[in-house]
Amino acid sequence: MASEIKQTVLHLSDHLPILQVVVPMLIAPIIVIFNNRLIAWLLSFFGTIICLIISVALMWATADGSVLTYFLGGWVPPVGIEYRIDAANSILLFLISVISVIVMFFSSNALISEVPKEKHTLFYACFLLCLTGLLGVVATADIFNVFVFLEISSLSTYVLVAQGSYVDRRALSASFNYLIMGTIGATFFVIGIGFIYMATGSLNMMDISERALELGNNRTIQAGFAFIIVGMGLKLAMVPLHIWLPNAYSFAPTVVTCFLAATATKVALYVLIRFVFSVFNYQYGFVSEIFLFLLMPLGIIAMIVGSVIAIFKQNLKKLLAYSSLAQIGYMVLGLSLLSEKGLSASLVHMVNHGFTKAALFMALGAFIINTKNPYLSSIKGLGKAMPLTSAAFVVGGLSLIGVPGTAGFISKWLLIEAVLEAGYWVVAVAILVSSLFAVIYIWKIVEVLYFNEKPENHGELSFYLVSPIWILALFCIFLGLNTGLTVDIANMAAEILF
Amino acid sequence: MSVSILIFIALLLPVLSGILNIVFRNKADLRDSLTLLGTFLTFYTCLNIYWGFEGEIFHVSLFTIMPGLEVAFHLEPLGIIFSLLASGLWILTHIYAVGYMRGAKEKNHSRFFLFFSISIATVMGISFSANLFTLFLFYELLTLITFPLVSHKGSKDALRGARVYLSILLGTSVGLQLLGIIWIYYNVGTLDFIAGGILGDYFSYTELIILVGLFAFGIGKAALFPFHRWLPAAMVAPTPVSALLHAVAVVKAGVFTVLKVGIYIFGVEKLAISETTDWVVWIACFSILFASLIAMKKDNLKARLAYSTISQLAYVVLGFALANSLGILGGTLQIITHAFGKITLFMCAGSIYVATKKTNISDMRGLGRIMPITFLSFLIGAISIIGLPPLGGSWSKWYLILASLEAEKQFVVIVLLISSLLNIGYLLPLVARGFFLKPDTETENKRFSEPNLLVWLPPAITAAISFLLFFYMDYIRNFTVEFGLVN
Amino acid sequence: MTMSGDMDSYYLSFIYGHLPYWLFIILMLSGLFIVVSRGNLIKKIVGLNIFQTSVFMFYISIGKISGGTAPILLDKAAGKTDVLYSNPLPHVLILTAIVVGIATTALGLALIIRIREEYNTIEEDEILEMDTQAYRAKNKDNAFEIET
Repeated sequence: MASEIKQTVLHLSDHLPILQVVVPMLIAPIIVIFNNRLIAWLLSFFGTIICLIISVALMWATADGSVLTYFLGGWVPPVGIEYRIDAANSILLFLISVISVIVMFFSSNALISEVPKEKHTLFYACFLLCLTGLLGVVATADIFNVFVFLEISSLSTYVLVAQGSYVDRRALSASFNYLIMGTIGATFFVIGIGFIYMATGSLNMMDISERALELGNNRTIQAGFAFIIVGMGLKLAMVPLHIWLPNAYSFAPTVVTCFLAATATKVALYVLIRFVFSVFNYQYGFVSEIFLFLLMPLGIIAMIVGSVIAIFKQNLKKLLAYSSLAQIGYMVLGLSLLSEKGLSASLVHMVNHGFTKAALFMALGAFIINTKNPYLSSIKGLGKAMPLTSAAFVVGGLSLIGVPGTAGFISKWLLIEAVLEAGYWVVAVAILVSSLFAVIYIWKIVEVLYFNEKPENHGELSFYLVSPIWILALFCIFLGLNTGLTVDIANMAAEILF
Repeated sequence: MSVSILIFIALLLPVLSGILNIVFRNKADLRDSLTLLGTFLTFYTCLNIYWGFEGEIFHVSLFTIMPGLEVAFHLEPLGIIFSLLASGLWILTHIYAVGYMRGAKEKNHSRFFLFFSISIATVMGISFSANLFTLFLFYELLTLITFPLVSHKGSKDALRGARVYLSILLGTSVGLQLLGIIWIYYNVGTLDFIAGGILGDYFSYTELIILVGLFAFGIGKAALFPFHRWLPAAMVAPTPVSALLHAVAVVKAGVFTVLKVGIYIFGVEKLAISETTDWVVWIACFSILFASLIAMKKDNLKARLAYSTISQLAYVVLGFALANSLGILGGTLQIITHAFGKITLFMCAGSIYVATKKTNISDMRGLGRIMPITFLSFLIGAISIIGLPPLGGSWSKWYLILASLEAEKQFVVIVLLISSLLNIGYLLPLVARGFFLKPDTETENKRFSEPNLLVWLPPAITAAISFLLFFYMDYIRNFTVEFGLVN
Repeated sequence: MTMSGDMDSYYLSFIYGHLPYWLFIILMLSGLFIVVSRGNLIKKIVGLNIFQTSVFMFYISIGKISGGTAPILLDKAAGKTDVLYSNPLPHVLILTAIVVGIATTALGLALIIRIREEYNTIEEDEILEMDTQAYRAKNKDNAFEIET
């Protein structure tokens, strides 16, 4: 039927979904070939900016609820691989791209203090591959493709975490443990995919959800779902599968920690959301039961226990890592409500927490550049020596606590509203208690920063290091006052997913 | 000039004065006079708002965060009174603070005045806020901005006090108040302040009781027992901070919020019919007596005044809990008269400290003869707090007694009378000690004298205003009646 | 046949018919057990490999159809219509997974080499002990916090 094949003019804009993923992937080998530190940074920075532009264009196109699809190589699904961009993943693509641009800018001056110069080219290549993986996971609508991209991002993440060994050799064992845990998680995930494929014979998300609907409560699908929950639980560091996270975050170079904390776990959570809503039908009894009786308690435990542990930590990177665990608890909790409001709260918190934690880790990184170690005792009085960085840290901290006018407040507000809608009073109180713990561990740092004598030998850092921190801090405030970017799109996404 | 612009000017002027403080941090005189100009302009702006106010419904939205959740301002009598009170007293406190900070040789003046000014801006935000969310936003900002003021000395004690201050205020507001706000927003879909309340029939009797509790305790700045500990802890701050913030701005922001929530969210009549605030009456009464009794035992003057404040704040909460028009009027008047009375007392305490470095009442024998103006001002302030004519404080007590009779809660009258007696018991001995007792040695007090003009004049002025308030109280009452705050 | 004979043959056929799955489960669990229980990092990697291999087996067994032949379209081209093919897709998928597995193994081994360079051991508990002692020696004030 050759007559039906239309001669289409190729527009660049039609290829945005794939370009989003391919651009960093292509730049990675190029910079390895050049093997020049400056060129590597320039090209990577350029690449991340292109990613950002593409993601903004995609978000623009999908903000009204429309869905962009792209068939890889022109093969129509379910045979071919489909890339599918809607409001839910465009907002994550945006988050990942923005953070990568800012982190890239920060790394131009920050990386030198943690990684030897000759490794920078390879570092940037790994970073770009990690970015590719994360973007790919989010963009694709093919479940096996999800696995492949997840492993691309994970493998490069293990390498990036191990780069911390130039400062502290414990980074190596942290990275190794992460590798073991991450691979177990990924393998569980593949097993789950195998079960789904067994039952439905398809790998395309939309296709599976239609076919699974006909099968009803199928045991094979249930088994697949269980494997995927565990696999993704490992990747997103859901308590009690979190033990790799604190070490990996605290021994990785700051640049990496900053990027991972803001994006990696969110992407894993996104995969879970996608599977629950687009692949499985969340109305199946077994899905809602697992969410109510497993994920919700785990989310609450993460929220409380993560915050409590954070209070007692002296290593600030570890403190923030445990705080991340608690924040992941919030997201899991929002998701576990299986309501439109809960889902939207979860998505909003992903973005808001991404910016907040990136700002905190980056400011902490700036302290560490000066003090050379991440302990509470070493940042004494830096509030006077590094006023700009410290102020940004305070802004990030306030957002983490959820003070009105900051991004964190919005997500907490939405989450509590969703919890009240579901009628779980106690959970709402638990959320607030957890934010009070956040007050304690943030204020512990603020006091040490400001209520000590100004240290002699430290001063404010250069513009290139302070400005990205402040961009993130301003994002924390901006997203707290203008929710058009987050809440509206998240609501749209929740509507589409339901 | 349109009202909305005036409101923004009132919000921005203090911030601007604060920033100028940092810009001219090395030129002390220029810096302080610029801020003084700022205080006058702010007060003038508030006056203009007051003159222009004719009861029209006015609402300006700054930006919308989510549907039904916006940062917006409006005008209503209670807010106007509060803004006038805060900005007016800011002038006097600023003059006093300049004298105090120089006299007591405190450090970091520009930082101090920066946060001081910005805290006034947030108070302006609180008084003009058009919905509970905006109020909450500025309420939290006020807590955070006053933190550096409380911990200004930077010593271990200051830090510990400031920590208590922050944890109780943030803890109650995040843990209780926020929950109440979100609950209302979830059920009603709006948080706007509307006369007569917005709750409608969304809440059952039990839920209303819980909601009242979430606000009565959640508004930690009102210092209702058992969340009162932050106020004595905050007394580590320099005295001007204690004077303005912990006699006027912060604590009054608390009780102002209580009244505002009572009038515009719950609705006074609804509260009266549902009788959901009865238990708060008991708590408030307990708070009044309990704090007064503790005040008797405190030898440190500022700590004694702090407990006295806790007791007096509970009067306003009582006005809300009595849930009738007279109670609201009594509460409103109490906000005003107590502000003038207590700021006088605090400034006098500061004057004594600047002149003699003495903080304990037992050491103050005979000082009255050396510092007659300060001690006379203290006496007038004390009588106003006690509630004796011819001073302003008598009116608020008067209306609160009437309100408790109308609510048929006679025991409250007895509590109020006992409290006044206790007030006499802990406030007047200082004056008596100052005037009638002799110091241990004849020469001991010789080296002291009245501190400089900037320090002794402001309390004298506020004392005089306390006196004037007795005669012009009807004017304020009419203002509230005319615009429907009370009937 | 008796009733019990029926049941016996049912169970037998259940076990026999699902033989690849049994193997898959046994391999998977033994692999996982090795990863968790062994302190030697190399052994952990070996366990991980066994674990992954079990998944490869699982995928390949999915694709097999009884009586199916290799999916090479020559037969059909020759005009035979009743040829039954096995599903080739799982094989393709697992090729990708094998590549990922090899990359993981390579990276894991590279990390082990670096760990041995730094610590001079590849036993997990010895590394932990060295880290804890180094930490205690450096941070005498923070004795409460045990870093691992």
